[in-house]
Amino acid sequence: MVIECKHVWDYISGYLDDSLPAETRELVQRHLEHCQICSAILDSTRNIMVLTADDQVFELPLGFSERLHARLSEEMKNGLAVPSEDAG
Amino acid sequence: MDVELSVRDEPRMIASILAGDREQYHELIRPYERSVYKMALSFMKNESDAEDVAQEAFLKAFRKLADFRGQAKFSTWLISITLNEARARLRRQAIVRMESLDESPEEGGHISPALLRDWREVPSEALERQEIRQMLQDAIANLSPLYREVLLLRDVEEFSIEETATALAITTGTVKVRLHRARMMMQKELAPKLKNAGPRRRWFQWS
Repeated sequence: MVIECKHVWDYISGYLDDSLPAETRELVQRHLEHCQICSAILDSTRNIMVLTADDQVFELPLGFSERLHARLSEEMKNGLAVPSEDAG
Repeated sequence: MDVELSVRDEPRMIASILAGDREQYHELIRPYERSVYKMALSFMKNESDAEDVAQEAFLKAFRKLADFRGQAKFSTWLISITLNEARARLRRQAIVRMESLDESPEEGGHISPALLRDWREVPSEALERQEIRQMLQDAIANLSPLYREVLLLRDVEEFSIEETATALAITTGTVKVRLHRARMMMQKELAPKLKNAGPRRRWFQWS
């Protein structure tokens, strides 16, 4: 059985997550071996996922951590409830 | 960081915080600061609101810690709180504009990817360029909320499909459908731009 490009596009995400049923994966795999365009779509999608996951994309603002912990300490000092005391 | 190297017994840390050792909370959340901030930033779209949301989420998680029963990982639970905090903030600010958070964009139909003849790998070093980082941030921010949430949890926070489903209270099937569409939208938006933004430094070697 042979599948067309636009059907392959429906499986790209599943293919990358390795969550396709074995037969489907096999079909997609075979299509990719001879289809330059679908291979480029797959490669670009994978590449974009890798870049998206990179920590550099979202940098913490300078001093973020210090301000967060200072605020937590402040709130705790001012009676931010210890969770167990909050239960009532 | 040490937190990643040493074995963290989070259930025990949580138990001792609940027993009164509040200081432990600082240590408990340290590994998740970036995740929470990223999540907040993708919703709020500006750094100062994102920082507010992140702080509120950490405070809320502290207050609600007794409700955390360990049915999910602490990180999954924390991210869910952040998500809810960001959604609530957006509603209050009424900047939700046309995109209602409850609206369900039609989930059928194809998203056609950007067609390319070939793809030259864009290396992570490209992220040293502010314009490339901005491109990615914008592409994520411009996804509609249903898709953005799934993509953030799965591809940015690197949750599993199951954890993503738990955090969003949807089925794994829905996660897969939305994730697929979100990834295709990202490819459609970014592939042509990234291709053109290629590594200029090497131009001369190739021509």
